[in-house]
Amino acid sequence: MAVIPVSRKPLTLLERTYLPQIAGGLKTTLKHFFAPKDTMEYPEERPAIPAGYRGVPTLVFDPHGREKCVSCQLCEFVCPPKAIRITPGEIAADAPTAHVEKAPKEFEIDMLRCIYCGLCQEVCPEEAIWLQNVYTTSGYSRAELVNNKQKLYELGGTLPDTHFKWDKKKAAEEGGNAH
Amino acid sequence: MIAPTKPDLVTVNIDGKEIAVPKGTNVIEAARLVGVDVPHYCYHPKLTIVGNCRMCLIEMGMPAVDPATKTPILDPATGKPKINWIPRPQIGCGTNVSPGLHIRTQSPLVKDCREGVMEFLLINHPLDCPICDQAGECKLQEQATGYGRGYSRFVEQKNVKPKRTQLGPRVTLDDERCILCSRCIRFTKEIVKDDVLGFIDRGSHSTLTCYPGKQLANNYSLNTVDICPVGALTSTDFRFKMRVWFLKQTNSIDTESSVGANTVVWSREGTIYRITPRQNDGVNDTWMADSGRERYKQVRAAGRLTTVKVNGNDSSPQIAVNAALHFCKDGGVAVVGSGRSSVEEQWVTKKLADALKATTHLVSRVGPGDGLLVSADRNPNVRGALVTGLIATLPTAKLASLAAAIDAGQIKTVVSVGEDLADAGLTAAQLAKVTIVYLGTHANATSAAAKVVLPTLTVFEKSGTLVNQQFRIQKFTKAVPAPAGATDDLVVLAKLATAAGATVPAAELAAVWKAIATEVPALSTITYANLPETGLLLDATPWAALPFVEGESLHFKPAK
Repeated sequence: MAVIPVSRKPLTLLERTYLPQIAGGLKTTLKHFFAPKDTMEYPEERPAIPAGYRGVPTLVFDPHGREKCVSCQLCEFVCPPKAIRITPGEIAADAPTAHVEKAPKEFEIDMLRCIYCGLCQEVCPEEAIWLQNVYTTSGYSRAELVNNKQKLYELGGTLPDTHFKWDKKKAAEEGGNAH
Repeated sequence: MIAPTKPDLVTVNIDGKEIAVPKGTNVIEAARLVGVDVPHYCYHPKLTIVGNCRMCLIEMGMPAVDPATKTPILDPATGKPKINWIPRPQIGCGTNVSPGLHIRTQSPLVKDCREGVMEFLLINHPLDCPICDQAGECKLQEQATGYGRGYSRFVEQKNVKPKRTQLGPRVTLDDERCILCSRCIRFTKEIVKDDVLGFIDRGSHSTLTCYPGKQLANNYSLNTVDICPVGALTSTDFRFKMRVWFLKQTNSIDTESSVGANTVVWSREGTIYRITPRQNDGVNDTWMADSGRERYKQVRAAGRLTTVKVNGNDSSPQIAVNAALHFCKDGGVAVVGSGRSSVEEQWVTKKLADALKATTHLVSRVGPGDGLLVSADRNPNVRGALVTGLIATLPTAKLASLAAAIDAGQIKTVVSVGEDLADAGLTAAQLAKVTIVYLGTHANATSAAAKVVLPTLTVFEKSGTLVNQQFRIQKFTKAVPAPAGATDDLVVLAKLATAAGATVPAAELAAVWKAIATEVPALSTITYANLPETGLLLDATPWAALPFVEGESLHFKPAK
């Protein structure tokens, strides 16, 4: 391999004093005293989460407070790491949402298994499961990191609905084409 | 031997494929033989044809014939016979094949018909698949994928019909999902002869219901759930328990009587959710009794034995086997086999009895036969005990001879294979007088009185064979794993027999069948692996003179 000798340029007098470089460094440091901060005081301060972020999967109520999940178990079926486990149940015949007939008795998502892929949200025919803005989970045991139905609704809360599919169904039942 | 008569064959042409099918076959069945699926709802091979769903519309035509000379007219363009196509579609289920019949199932007209029928069927359908138990095995769902529009043009209000109707103790009806195919009505009328279902009102207001004051309560009501092509009829027991696509299917046999109806056990992760019939045209067609479907509940029933006990203390299987042999070593042993054990277990039970020089007994269970799929003999495998030589005569309900022998002091130890001796007529005093070794699944008076208790498995947790009333040997397969603490009957029996000095092969079906084939002439050609799923008829002549208790039932006539 050929070697090309390069001659080093000798430093000038000003460069040899190092003063301009020190002044330049101090200027940069001083600029950051007054510039807006690039970091935040996590965890007291949290970043704004953009819409469509895939955080912890949650269950949601509709604006009328009805639990949207009907335990069709499609999310359980599609879940690649098998993190979801549903025990289906029947809604009592005298409940206000009796026309929906079916609701989960228990709904568990194992957050140690979840890979945040969002397939459960995509497959849900009732728009009941949503990956929302919660992005951290922590716990002291494995059991603590399995979100049960109550926890999932606490995390999920209420989301707006554009369909009100079951309300329409009930209206049709009450005012429909009865013979 | 009389040669079987050749069926009268008719050659038909389906979508360009020629096939010879028996005379009287309808177009749906003929198409199935060439691998062409003709979608249908109301047609069922075991029921009469009504042709009311209109889903199986096909185009048909016959070769053109010159009226004067009766010779086929050739198409000048192709040189092949000219076909006169009927300009309107016909229903496949109601059309029987005739020589030279040409069928088109994939033409644009047929596709249009199917799409039109689907649209009509779906206008009043609630489309509530997420909460419908039929989802996953629903014909409407399947055909909607093939022929549905994907969106609805129906802007009027849908019909309102009753939901959550209890048709009977085991069947729930959702009338909005019903497509009025009438399979359930025909089934109760034609197969069970219990005419309770019917349609009321007209047109799209037609509603399935029971006749006033009647209930769908017969012992075959759940077959209507099986044949319902949509989710209108659902099983109250299985309702909202599990989606069908999670369930593993295992072939099994119904053990409630000697009919031996073929079944499928549906389980997920070791839990059985339901039992449905499996088609066997020689035994149960496509039906089974409701009583047999509840049998899976015994797997998790209270009182299931899961700990080996010796003298009332927890023990290990090996210690228990040694203890059992210790009780048997002085002679005076009686072995009570079971008509509920498999053929393999009965054969090893016989080996054990021979090695112990014991008398063998069997308990019969007789109930009223219903003339369909529950026979009078409630033991599934009495004939297996005859074939393997465990018994030579038919068993009795009460063990009178054993009771007498105990009273006389000839019997000191009784080995019971799953039989409750108290139920079989032995008094508490007689049970107390002998040492009992009990192999069984559930606790009872005998297991309570037993010195040695070895927990064994239900029919769902093991594999084996049973011989039904027709002397048809049929196999069942393990559906769910055994509960901790219980051991396969065959393993326990083989351990006992080996310890008693008998030469028994390894307690594994292939090895046991090799030995059975060499020792039992009637079973010499059979192995567990080569036994067909629909069973194999054995030669019944050696036992033809025995007075079996069964009366006539579906596909079975008792010998005179």
